[in-house]
Amino acid sequence: MDISAINDEQVEILLSDLLEYYGYDFTGYSRASLKRRISRLFSLDKALSFAEFRYRIMKDNVYFKRFVEQITVNVTEMFRDPAFFKTLRDSILPALGTYPFIRIWLAGCSTGEEAYSISIILKELNLLHKSLIYATDLNPVVLEKASQGMFAMSQMKQYSENYITSGGTKDFSTYYTANYSLAKFNDELKSKMIFSTHNLVSDHSFNEFQLILCRNVLIYFDRELQHQVLDLFNESLEDLGYLALGTKETIDFSNIAKNYKRVPANKIWRKIK
Amino acid sequence: MIGCEALVIGGSAGSLDVLLRVLPILDTALSFPIIIVIHRKHDSDSLLPNLLSSRTRLTVKEVDEKEPINAGTIYVAPSNYHLLIEQDRTFSLDYSEKINYSRPAIDVTFQTAAEVYRTKLACLLLSGSNSDGVNGLKTVKAWGGLALIQDPDSAQVGYMPAQAKLHVKIDEVLSIENIGEFINSIK
Repeated sequence: MDISAINDEQVEILLSDLLEYYGYDFTGYSRASLKRRISRLFSLDKALSFAEFRYRIMKDNVYFKRFVEQITVNVTEMFRDPAFFKTLRDSILPALGTYPFIRIWLAGCSTGEEAYSISIILKELNLLHKSLIYATDLNPVVLEKASQGMFAMSQMKQYSENYITSGGTKDFSTYYTANYSLAKFNDELKSKMIFSTHNLVSDHSFNEFQLILCRNVLIYFDRELQHQVLDLFNESLEDLGYLALGTKETIDFSNIAKNYKRVPANKIWRKIK
Repeated sequence: MIGCEALVIGGSAGSLDVLLRVLPILDTALSFPIIIVIHRKHDSDSLLPNLLSSRTRLTVKEVDEKEPINAGTIYVAPSNYHLLIEQDRTFSLDYSEKINYSRPAIDVTFQTAAEVYRTKLACLLLSGSNSDGVNGLKTVKAWGGLALIQDPDSAQVGYMPAQAKLHVKIDEVLSIENIGEFINSIK
C-alpha cells in the first residue's frame, strides 16, 4: 500500500462510532499505530469501501470483535526481556514472599504468556500456593486464549532460552505437554490465575495489589491517557507495592512519580507512600 | 531540497559503517532532525547511540516514546520496537508483529513519516540484505517526498537499495562519499 487505505478523518469517524455504539473508547490511543492497524485490516479483509467497512463494524457484532482484536496489539512472549524476569525472580517476588498472601495484577495480559511466566517463577520460589494473578485485558477473545494455556510449539525453543536467561534452572519442557503444533501448559500453573475483562480506559480500580505489571501497553496511549492509567495503578497498589512497566515506558512525567522510588536498572517502581 | 522537515535513514547489514563515515562530515547547524532506523540484534540499548555519538558533535539520542521531534538532533530507533511518527510531530513506539522479519521495520517509519512530513521529507535507504524500506520509499514518493538510496555498487550488501531502485522512482543514487555532502546541501 503506497498511501494508507484509511485517512486520518476516517479513523476519527470509526473511533467515535466505537464509543457511541459499543462504549469502547479508543480516543486516547496514539493515532499512528491505530491508523496502520485499521488500514491493514481494511486491506486484509478486502473491504469494498469505507462506508461498507464502517457499516459492518457497527452492525455485525462478530466482525466488531474481530476489529477490536485486530486493531489492538496482542504480540507478547514468555519471559520477554529476560533481565526483567530475573529481577522478579531474584528480588521482587522473594520480597513479596514475606507477605501471607500475594496479589498480582497483570494489566493488558493479552494471550497470557507473561501470566504463565510469572506463575512458573512463583512455583519455583514456592510461592504459587499463596498467590493470585489477576490477568486482565479489554479483549475477551485474547483472554479466552490465555485461559487455555496453549502456545505454539514453534515458540518453545525461544521461550526456553528466555527462561534460562532469566535465571530458570529446570528443564523448561517439563512445564508443558506437546500436542501437535501446540504446547499445553500444566493446569497447575493456571490454578492461581483469574482471567477477566478490564478496560484501562473506562474501568475502575477493583482490588489492591502488591505487584502490578503493565508492560508495553502505555506506549499505545497518549500522554493524557497515560496519566489517567497511572493514577488508576496508583489507587490499586498497596504501600510498598511494585509497579512494572515495559522497557521503553516510564512514570517520570506523571503526578505519581513523587511517591515512587525506582528499582535501579529496571523499569520497576516501588510505592513509598 | 528546500524546507526539509526531516531526514529518515534506514539501513540493515553493512549500514553502520556508512553512518560512521557520514556522521563526521555533517554540518552541526542541521536545520532538520535525522531519524535513524537500523536493524540490529536485541542488544543493550545505549550501545548504538553511544557509538554514533562518538562521530559527531550533533546530539544523538535513542528515542523515548512521546518525545517531541526537534531539528538538529539525531534520533535512533530503539531495538525491538517499531518507530512511528505522529501528526503532532512526536514519536510513538509499537510492539506489533515484525515486518520483513524486522522490528524496528524501516517501512513503518518511512510510511508514518511520509504521512506527516509529505513533501518536506527525505528518506535514505542504505546497505542491507532484505527488502525492508522499499514499500516505505513508495509511500514517500506517493506523498511527494524525496527518495534517496546508497549506490548498490558501493554498498557492502547491495540488495536492499537495489530492490528500491527496481521498484521505486529514486531521486538520487549516492555513493558513500557523496552522502554527507548531499545531506549538507539539504536545507
